[in-house]
Amino acid sequence: MTDSARPNAVEMRGIVKRFPGVVANDGITFAVRQGEIHALLGENGAGKSTLMNVLFGILSPDEGEIFVNGQPAQFHGPRDAVNAGLAMVHQHFMLVHRFTVAENVILGSEGSGIRLDRDSTEQRVSQLANEFGLRLDPKEVVENLPVGMQQRVEIVRALYQGGRTLILDEPTALLTPQEVDELYVILERLRSGGSTIIFITHKLREVAAISDRVTVIRRGKTVDTLNTADTTASQLAELMVGRKVSLQVDRPVGNPEGVLLEAKHLRLRGRGALDALDDLSLTVRAGEIVGICGVEGNGQTELVEAIAGLRKPDEGTIEIAGRDVTGKNPVDLRRAGLSYIPEDRHNRGLVLDFSLTENVMLGNIDERPFSRNGLVDYGEGEAVTEQCMKLYDVRAPGADTIARNLSGGNQQKLIIAREMYRDPSVVLAVQPTRGLDVGAIEFVHKQLVAQRDAGKAILVVSFELDEIIDLSDRILVLYQGRIVGEFASGTVDRATLGLLMGGRGLDEREPINAVA
Amino acid sequence: MSDFFDIFLLKTILRMAAPLIFAAMGGLLSERSGVMNIALEGMMLIGAFFGVVGTYYMHNVWLGVLVGVTGAAVAGLIHAFWCITLRADQIVAGTAINLLGSGATVFLLSRIWNQSGQSPKVDRLPMFWGTVSILTPVAFVIVPIVWWFLNRTKEGLHVQAAGEHPQAAESVGINVNLYRYACVVMSGVLAGMGGIYLSLGELSGFSREMTQGKGFIALAAVIFGNWNPVGALGACLLFAAAQALPIQAQAKQVDINTDLLLALPYLLTLVAIAGFVRKSRPPEGLGKHATNR
Amino acid sequence: MLLRKHFAGVGKLASTVITSFLAVLIALAVGAILIAISNQNPVDAYRALIDGAFGGRRAIAETLVATTPMILGGLAFAVAARASMFNIGIEGQLVIGSLCGALVGAADLGLSKWLYVPLAMLVGGVAGGIWGAIPGVMKAKSGASEVISTIMLNYLAFRISIYMVTSAGAWLSWVDPQLQATKKIAPNARLPIILDRTRLHAGFLVAIAAALILWYVLFRTTFGYKIRTVGLSRGAAEYAGIAWGSTITKAMFLSGLLAGLMGASESLGLLGRHYDNRSGYGFTAIAVGLVGRNHPIGVIFAGLLFGVLRSGSNAMQAQAGTSKELVLILQALVILSVSALASLEYLRERRARTAAATPTAAAQPATGVTA
Repeated sequence: MTDSARPNAVEMRGIVKRFPGVVANDGITFAVRQGEIHALLGENGAGKSTLMNVLFGILSPDEGEIFVNGQPAQFHGPRDAVNAGLAMVHQHFMLVHRFTVAENVILGSEGSGIRLDRDSTEQRVSQLANEFGLRLDPKEVVENLPVGMQQRVEIVRALYQGGRTLILDEPTALLTPQEVDELYVILERLRSGGSTIIFITHKLREVAAISDRVTVIRRGKTVDTLNTADTTASQLAELMVGRKVSLQVDRPVGNPEGVLLEAKHLRLRGRGALDALDDLSLTVRAGEIVGICGVEGNGQTELVEAIAGLRKPDEGTIEIAGRDVTGKNPVDLRRAGLSYIPEDRHNRGLVLDFSLTENVMLGNIDERPFSRNGLVDYGEGEAVTEQCMKLYDVRAPGADTIARNLSGGNQQKLIIAREMYRDPSVVLAVQPTRGLDVGAIEFVHKQLVAQRDAGKAILVVSFELDEIIDLSDRILVLYQGRIVGEFASGTVDRATLGLLMGGRGLDEREPINAVA
Repeated sequence: MSDFFDIFLLKTILRMAAPLIFAAMGGLLSERSGVMNIALEGMMLIGAFFGVVGTYYMHNVWLGVLVGVTGAAVAGLIHAFWCITLRADQIVAGTAINLLGSGATVFLLSRIWNQSGQSPKVDRLPMFWGTVSILTPVAFVIVPIVWWFLNRTKEGLHVQAAGEHPQAAESVGINVNLYRYACVVMSGVLAGMGGIYLSLGELSGFSREMTQGKGFIALAAVIFGNWNPVGALGACLLFAAAQALPIQAQAKQVDINTDLLLALPYLLTLVAIAGFVRKSRPPEGLGKHATNR
Repeated sequence: MLLRKHFAGVGKLASTVITSFLAVLIALAVGAILIAISNQNPVDAYRALIDGAFGGRRAIAETLVATTPMILGGLAFAVAARASMFNIGIEGQLVIGSLCGALVGAADLGLSKWLYVPLAMLVGGVAGGIWGAIPGVMKAKSGASEVISTIMLNYLAFRISIYMVTSAGAWLSWVDPQLQATKKIAPNARLPIILDRTRLHAGFLVAIAAALILWYVLFRTTFGYKIRTVGLSRGAAEYAGIAWGSTITKAMFLSGLLAGLMGASESLGLLGRHYDNRSGYGFTAIAVGLVGRNHPIGVIFAGLLFGVLRSGSNAMQAQAGTSKELVLILQALVILSVSALASLEYLRERRARTAAATPTAAAQPATGVTA
């Protein structure tokens, strides 16, 4: 039970945080009561992480106020936040891999004196961990621990630093289902011990399982704060992805023909020991757009790497127009008819210090008309580039402009122009409109549809649900390395997709407290 | 055969190893804190030279050691400033320090004494056991001290954190840049000692380019020893043995072409870094900077 | 239309030229301070320097003679740097090139000079190329840092050089152990003098030609495109299907080739023998490359600058009493200066371009190695 007479553990009022080109937090206001577990729910890019970085002193807000335990707070760095009783467990752990558990826990809080007394610190760490039922071997080297245990090290460090309010950023992102359940037990115990917990998530399951209250954030603004017990999963899903009017593309029904891209039973290891792709199969036909939706971290990166020829799948095959192209390098894939619009335009799609012309040649340098007998034909290259720039409305002084000087939107348009210029039969587009303004998004979508009508097979991978819904003839939902849902366009609503993306099944319409 | 492996060889190995160990411990500290240091060669030369200069003007070899160490520390400070504050490319900066070392020493050699190859003779540091400099045991003692510092002290833990994950270290309030500065300056001091060993410990003077690549071999020893003090010590002994063999061969008048034997340490280093690198684990934060707001 | 491409990056060109210019100026200023501290007059010293470098026909010829290895060395550093490889092994590669070229010349094969000169130069170049490719292969296959491997190969090269001109005299008639050098190179293998009554030899033309050819290769061929891509963005190179390992190896071969030519042109053109001598030019090459911002045309100018420093330093010593080793210090100061300014340039640009991000560990800043 929370005592509403006590001051809020944390209160943030009117927080505004701007970055060049985007307002990450647009007047966010929310409060966390003492001793509660409070979920901060939102999609990728909604602004949750930025908000917590502001709270923890890693970033400073442009406007707004922060109160901790009723006292106004201005943090100039994480040290200040820690001194005020806050502690953060980052999504990407801040652990020194080669240190032991004990060394990581005490880092920065070792006390006075020069000598490091291993035995007594290890004892103290054990004691603290056991108090909360966290079984940890203080002597174990962190990099040998499974991810779930590593997270516990971060939690114990937070407690060792004296944290009363714990902020957890996407805590279950890298955990197995069993580890997730164990985490819930730990959080319960922490709460009983008087800690306040804020956790950031996009997964509805977590909100249901453990939180007392939930604040939904969308596009940098607070949508609502609710008691978890009084809401349903589908309600939350709607709040999270929004009911706003989407960019309706005038999309005539496609006329799909033969299969041009086929992936069968792909299996591929991810960062850790787990399979990022877990028996994944899909097909894309000529004249259709297939969209893969899902929250980041569910295997999109690995799927793209496999199809684009950057990594060879551990198992399974990939075929283009019936030809086996599994494990072939990008050059051969391009010759086989694949074009790839990468997610990372700065480190993959472009060489930022090259001119636009040289970037248009990227991936095609050995082909006509860009080169002949090993000599580059800049004249032709420039002509092609100028054509691309015109067709795709790339705003730049000239084809010799350095790519670094273009805006993100124009850079993306150039990449798309280059990939389409090859007249591919299969297009793999990953986050094709990331960072573009509305007009450019519309333009790109129109182009993709036009390519579809010209008979190409288009596979779009995106974290923007609206984009997938608007563009796709068929929608596939990717969750933990598998396709968990397949729908023809128009036959599914956002809420359902949100549920599947969050890992809930289709029948979850009952009140949220009924956890499976 | 047993005639070949005698006390003389052992002493020679110790003599060859000492300067390597000094420099290697310096390089180790720097790299463990996260700053690449290929400037050990230049720092050794500077230490060797200024040690001689100090001894010459102050008529006291121990004061000379102090001057030498100070000169090398200054070189370390320059390297630190370039790498940490200016964030210049650490390998370019290290190369510059090496060139500065060889250029400045030769330049001053001609300015001070009007010589182009060698300085005049100065006092030498005391020796024992015949031909073994008093600095030799000092070099060996430094190894456990460095080990103890890194693994048994609070500051050593901070240094390691700065080198492994500077961002995590900053997030718990450790001043990564300060630790790095300290370690790089210290690496200058230690490498300088290595140079002083050569000039004041053995030769009783400075001769141009007298380090002959020992600074680079020391760095290779750090890498071969997996950035671990004990491992680096082992590698130094190995490379020292390779340097001692031709000397021993000449002393025993063994009929082997010493030219090729002299190539052994370098060849060995090549093989070491080629074959061993896969298993090698440099500090993860090497060359990376902590965040800035 | 092609000309337009050249004039396009004028803004960027201007800023890199200014950075190099400023760096050299700073280094010269510090040098002046050092001269002043040594109780000499910097103005006199630098005036003597200019005089020594440009005062008269023979002086200018000597300056160009000194410039030749500077340009070739700078090109060697530059091409490796374009592939993001740090070639500190130019010193060793040039020794190998000089030795091999001279041995071919000293063997007195009785060929006509139209055949003999190119042959000797070619052998020197290829030998240097192989010496340069070794660290490339090591890095490609096992990730071994080229910094250590090139330096070790330097010392190995020195060992080979000493051995070949001394001990090898026992079985090789092409060397003269008394002189610690090869035998005299046959007249038909010598690079011809191109300005009579001077020492200016055809190596200078080779250097200029090499710069122009390298420019062409880097900026007009697919091979050069691939080198530059690999050097600027390994991720984009992977995306484009460019093989990183074989590209860096080829770049290192090219680098060693240029260094080998550098060494060969000194013995075949200037000295008449390969002497076992450390010139230190391999390290000057690093400064030349950096000041020239790793661009072949920039390297020509930077090479000229260092050629002036070298040829003028004798006069500086004779007339103003400044020891010629000052040039060595200037070299180091130039490198420090360029790397500092380049890093500040990079940091300034990055700050101006900061996009929305949670703080991540700052990436290794640009080395100042690629323009």
